[in-house]
Amino acid sequence: MAESAIAHDHGVSHGAHASSTGLSNNKMGMWMFLGSECLLFGGLISTYMLYRGRVSSGPQPNNIFDIPFTSVSSFILLMSSLTMVLAVSSAQRKDDRNTNLWLTITALLGATFVGGQVYEFTAFYREGLGFTTSLFGSSFYALTGFHGVHVSVGIIMLMALVGMNRNNRIPGDKAEVVELIGLYWHFVDIIWIIIFTLVYLIPS
Amino acid sequence: MSTATTHEEATENHEVEHHGLSDKQYIVIALILAALTAIEVSTYYVDFGPFFMPTLLILMVIKFVTVVSYFMHLKFDNKIFSYLFYAGLLLAIAVYCGFLATFKFFLKQG
Repeated sequence: MAESAIAHDHGVSHGAHASSTGLSNNKMGMWMFLGSECLLFGGLISTYMLYRGRVSSGPQPNNIFDIPFTSVSSFILLMSSLTMVLAVSSAQRKDDRNTNLWLTITALLGATFVGGQVYEFTAFYREGLGFTTSLFGSSFYALTGFHGVHVSVGIIMLMALVGMNRNNRIPGDKAEVVELIGLYWHFVDIIWIIIFTLVYLIPS
Repeated sequence: MSTATTHEEATENHEVEHHGLSDKQYIVIALILAALTAIEVSTYYVDFGPFFMPTLLILMVIKFVTVVSYFMHLKFDNKIFSYLFYAGLLLAIAVYCGFLATFKFFLKQG
């Protein structure tokens, strides 16, 4: 009875290793990792907030940002969260075909976002904003660059997951593995929600 | 028969709880998030006056909490996961508010 109650508790995945909390250790580890990532991005965002007005040379933030372009990028990343949650939903239904489809679409949307970021960085560099041009430039590239690296790592994980799923080589509970990658992906989305508002939409 | 039906119902309930929402509901949430993003972007074109900053900050928080609660399933998962994540988030906010306030203080002194 007690075991049944624990097994039906939220957060327990079928096939997950038993733990003293009755919860999946993998999922617990992922949430702890994401909690610690808040501190990393908190540091980068607050550094940007402190230095965004410190422009000794080079372009000012308000003169360089292309809001319509970044809005489209933000929308693409937001929609990738929808395709990711649909992949998790398919994995929980043990629908491998749709899981792979949604994971691939998510990776493509992520790649589009990263491509947009590379284009944006190139355009900014051509307009005179290098990494060492000003404190604004350094903190901006560090913050958005770190986020871009996180998205790129997410894309690699998604494609690896698709490959492993096709070859039926995902160890343990497949749905849980997809859910864990999904948690990471949604995290990079929520960080962008903050960056888009604080960095791009609120003028310095 | 009755036991089997009860078991099936329990399994169905468990599935609903485990999945959180249906695919259609996820799409509705994504559309709401897209609409909120459109309102955010509109602040760039339309003058919101004194409501500019509060509107953006409130929309940002709503979008953040919506993704965490529904897409990341935190609303339906065990509370321990919420404590782990929000503890990290609140610690980050507290530390960096203190950090920014300290810098502000020293800049004023200088």
